[in-house]
Amino acid sequence: MTSPFHESVTTRLNHAIDPALHIWGWEITVYLFLGGLVAGLFILSALLELQRGKPSTSSGMRSVPILALVLLSLGMGTLFLDLDYKAHVFRFYMAFRPSSPMSWGAWILLLVYPAGLLLWLGNLPAALQLPVLARPIAAAQRWRRRLLWLSVVMGVGLGLYTGLLLGTLSARIQWNSAVLGPLFLTSGISTGAALLLLLPLHADERKTLIRWDMVAIATELLLLALLLIGYVTGSSAARMAGAVFLGGAWTASFWSLVVVLGLCVPLAMGLLEVRKHLPLIALTPVLVLIGGLSLRAILLASGQETGFRLLP
Amino acid sequence: MRNPRYVMLVDTRLCVGCKACVLACKSENNVPDGYCREWIVEDIWGEFPDLRAEIRSTRCNHCSNAPCVDACPTGASHFALGGVVLVDHDACTGCKACIASCPYDARYVHPDGYVDKCTFCLHRVARGELPACTTVCPTRTLHFGDANDPHSEVAALLRSREWKVDHPETGAEPNLYFLV
Amino acid sequence: MSWSRREFIQIGSVALGATSLALGGRRSLFGLDSPDVADPHTDGDRVVATLCELCFWKCGVLAHVQNGRVTKIVGNPAHPLSGGKLCPRGTGGIGLLYDPDRLKQPLIRRGDRGSQHYEAVSWEAALDHTAENLLKIKAKYGPEAVALFSHGFGGSFFKHLLNAYGSDNVGAPSYAQCRGGREVGFQLTFGAPVGSPEVLDLENCRAIALIGSHLGENMHNTQVQEFATALSRGAQLIVVDPRFSTAAGKAKHWLPIKPGTDIALLLAWIHVMLGENLYDHDYISKYAIGLEELKAHVADKTPEWAAVETGLSVGQIVDSIRLLAGARPAAMLHPGRHTAWYGDDAQRARAMAIVNALLGNYGRQGGFYLPTKLPVAKYPGIPAYATKPPPAPDRPKGVTYPFADESLAHGLRDASVPGTAAYDIKGWIVYGTNLMQALPEPKKTLAAIQHLDFLLAIDVLPAEITGFADVVLPEATYLERWDDVAVTPYKEPFVAIRQPVVPPMYGSKPGWWIARELSKRLGLEMYFPWTDAGQMVEARLSAAGFDVAQVKKTGVVVAKHKPICLEEGLEPTFATPSKKIELFSQQLADAGFDPMPKYTPPEEPPEGQFRLLTGRTPTHTFGRTTNNRFLSQVYNENEVWLNARIAKERGLANGEMVSLINQDGERAGPIRLKATQRIRPDCVFMVHGYGHESKGLHFARGRGGNDSKLMSRTKIDPLMGGTGMSVNFVRIEQVTP
Repeated sequence: MTSPFHESVTTRLNHAIDPALHIWGWEITVYLFLGGLVAGLFILSALLELQRGKPSTSSGMRSVPILALVLLSLGMGTLFLDLDYKAHVFRFYMAFRPSSPMSWGAWILLLVYPAGLLLWLGNLPAALQLPVLARPIAAAQRWRRRLLWLSVVMGVGLGLYTGLLLGTLSARIQWNSAVLGPLFLTSGISTGAALLLLLPLHADERKTLIRWDMVAIATELLLLALLLIGYVTGSSAARMAGAVFLGGAWTASFWSLVVVLGLCVPLAMGLLEVRKHLPLIALTPVLVLIGGLSLRAILLASGQETGFRLLP
Repeated sequence: MRNPRYVMLVDTRLCVGCKACVLACKSENNVPDGYCREWIVEDIWGEFPDLRAEIRSTRCNHCSNAPCVDACPTGASHFALGGVVLVDHDACTGCKACIASCPYDARYVHPDGYVDKCTFCLHRVARGELPACTTVCPTRTLHFGDANDPHSEVAALLRSREWKVDHPETGAEPNLYFLV
Repeated sequence: MSWSRREFIQIGSVALGATSLALGGRRSLFGLDSPDVADPHTDGDRVVATLCELCFWKCGVLAHVQNGRVTKIVGNPAHPLSGGKLCPRGTGGIGLLYDPDRLKQPLIRRGDRGSQHYEAVSWEAALDHTAENLLKIKAKYGPEAVALFSHGFGGSFFKHLLNAYGSDNVGAPSYAQCRGGREVGFQLTFGAPVGSPEVLDLENCRAIALIGSHLGENMHNTQVQEFATALSRGAQLIVVDPRFSTAAGKAKHWLPIKPGTDIALLLAWIHVMLGENLYDHDYISKYAIGLEELKAHVADKTPEWAAVETGLSVGQIVDSIRLLAGARPAAMLHPGRHTAWYGDDAQRARAMAIVNALLGNYGRQGGFYLPTKLPVAKYPGIPAYATKPPPAPDRPKGVTYPFADESLAHGLRDASVPGTAAYDIKGWIVYGTNLMQALPEPKKTLAAIQHLDFLLAIDVLPAEITGFADVVLPEATYLERWDDVAVTPYKEPFVAIRQPVVPPMYGSKPGWWIARELSKRLGLEMYFPWTDAGQMVEARLSAAGFDVAQVKKTGVVVAKHKPICLEEGLEPTFATPSKKIELFSQQLADAGFDPMPKYTPPEEPPEGQFRLLTGRTPTHTFGRTTNNRFLSQVYNENEVWLNARIAKERGLANGEMVSLINQDGERAGPIRLKATQRIRPDCVFMVHGYGHESKGLHFARGRGGNDSKLMSRTKIDPLMGGTGMSVNFVRIEQVTP
């Protein structure tokens, strides 16, 4: 601003656009959260199996592909709810737009289903191995190793996409950071791990996952720090965008829900568990899940409002 | 055939912010109640009595490097004739990625579900008329034409007058110019 | 225009070619995609050329009709006053036509006046009842006891009816409450009023000064067009206004003058012009009288003196008049339009006229042109009015306003209080003017109404005044009726017509039909020989030799240009007693007034109060459009402007709701506060026409504040009886939610 005295009046008052942009609500929050979670589930379950060289026998791990698909469907359901022209949903699949993360996402989502099904088929409990499924099961088992690598790649793609979807929108200054992709991916992995830890697993699986989860949480903290550093060291636009977390309207909820409850406390509890061999309590994963959901909710709500209109 | 590049010029020296353009646009394009495709911004700088004013009629910038076209997953947002950015209502899912991507917040969701915005009245332009806002403007603030045609009025004005665009830092290469 | 039609048609053909290419080349998924160029299809299957009535400028418009519904209204390029361009209101006619709050059937009052208890009746019953009452008044008090209050083109039929009935008491608030002072000041000086459209050649002007005129907020179409043209050609602008108006934002010099001190500035300007020889010697010596008297009169009116009075700097005063005079004769001090401010308005207009005379711009290019008008006779073949009515009782007993040349609307109102004027007014016909807002001192209006034998309101919307009427007749809107032939004095001689675009909705009827039906019941049918106004228009046009079919098609016929200024060979003449421009007015001296304008310092606002100033927003015409939902999409409530520093000092926040209370305890609001740098600290400003209370105005009711309520005091112009209204002071109170 050229002067401390600046009055600006606009006649525009479009619904959901003014006075502050608010086009995406809980539907997209849930979708982004579940998308990341599912990405985490795929990556972690695949890596675990690749590390051990054989399929898990725990009921929890065996159900992961189906659980992931159910959660993904829920997420796509909320995404669908958000569409304002639901009858045109099929148009997502009549085009592929390489410049549009939304388009990438739509197609990735579609690939996840067969992959998940095949993963599930490849490690079915004996009771479910019906004769009619014999051929697909055989195929799934034959291709299992490649499928596992595919699910890692797909999971990374899906996790990154949920962040890049927002991060590539340069008009929303707060979102417009390349950190958002890895941040959402890491958060997806950590929430995925948290969800897995709530399932009946073998003790060694649990132990590995707790360690991986801590690495993910630590990485997420680092990425959040990078995001904030990006804001405070950036242009006036970036500083304006970051200000909501650093004294602005979202400061309290961001630091308490996301940073402290969602990341720092679980990290500390995880360290205690590992070091002191304390028995696992369900609270840690629940906090991680809450933190992951809050991260999406807060970034989605606050980031929408950070447009160029706030700049002179 | 040379490709036209349609641009609009807003002479901020002349604009009185009367909103004739806003209302003409609404009735020409049947814009639903409570929404507008274009609007007026009045900026006042300074402290009484040392003041400076700028009034602008503004709308979609029909950017040459339009982030909305990039963000659209279905191709509904696309470049039409003369670089005008349009939304194909039949291809729009209402996902709103384009709305989030627009640095000018020029778009909105039409009550019917698709995303809507200024079309530079391409339906009028295609039959040799000027956009409704440009036609109605009593102060002749608005100029519309093909910037790629060196003999056009807009090209001449862009050569002879000082101008600016809104937020050039977005890199969107807007085609709405403000003469100052 | 620099944009040539040909050039654009070329672009269009290129566009069409490219469109078809694009359509052919673009993927079309099984025909699912809409064509590249989506047409909203608002063009009409029928287009009717008519005249706008959203204000009183009467711009030519083209109304598009699709399946009997008006889809849009655009400017008529053939009409000189619009040139195909419209102000925001012009487009908004659809908001009036389709206003769900319109009066839909005739109403007869069944409760007390003001109780708004009405019964819907047939036209027959309403007209019979009306005629019966008018005949009763005529029998008891004489026809002159009925007054018509009217604003708008359609009022001419009711004036005709009233004249035939035997009264000439027709008052329009557009005179004593608006431009009357200006007209008198210019009439006294140049022998002609400024008129409407104002006879200003703004587009050729090289320097323009505005005093309290808000061009750009006041959207008289042609004038704003010319104003913008002048600016685009590099004309210099000087704006004298306590408020940083839209125009001030474009000015080279903004003079934020202390309200009420304009005459001091004007006298100082004259002083500088005479002292520095900035005036047009040849022009003045040829056309004007009284220069020596003027010189003596302003000898001590130095810029230094005026600076103290006006709160402006000497530099501002001197620089601005030098700039203005430097461009003469294509330089103009705009005479303004709404000038009923301080009670010395005709004298202020005189001072402004004198500045213009010194600029030598009257009858000159870039100044005041001498308008031309086509000869179109009034209703051909109609008998002369039977009676010559007595002069209007529009002023208190014993008071004369010698230079008033129209009836004073507020004076006719006041004459309704028995025994106060030459004779009593007993019946009102109120046509298209909401007297509760259009007149100041609404309490006087209310009191006057209580004395009436009969009040008839003819309107389109249930404005407040209709709530006090005995009979309310719903008129069709301008888009549903014929009106008179518009013969406008202008730069080009032309005639234009208003013709119906769609048939009247609900039970509404055109004004002509209403007037004629009343005439039948009053025994005055011979004055209304045509069954509808369309026939009357045809008769008038044919009698004047026009091709009626052609006029109907184009809505307007422009005749050959005739000279309108010296540069075109027309020698100006002045209809003053001396046949010259009267810098010194013997007429005024003879009537006991100052022959040259004198400055009287204004009253200071009491501590904690602010002078209330009012104005307009481009999107509305007073209170008459504030219920228009279409127009209200861009402006739906007025705000009260208060200097930001003062607001801060008083703990008032921008955007909060406040009440305004004036010196007499009258309240307005709640109204939103606009804390802004754009206004002086000693006054507040609001747009006129808000704060409606009528239950029938479902949209406008309760929006914003009603400035008319705060005008419980007026200062009457002794020359012509105008009601100075910027003499009220208000304080601001927070509204606790």
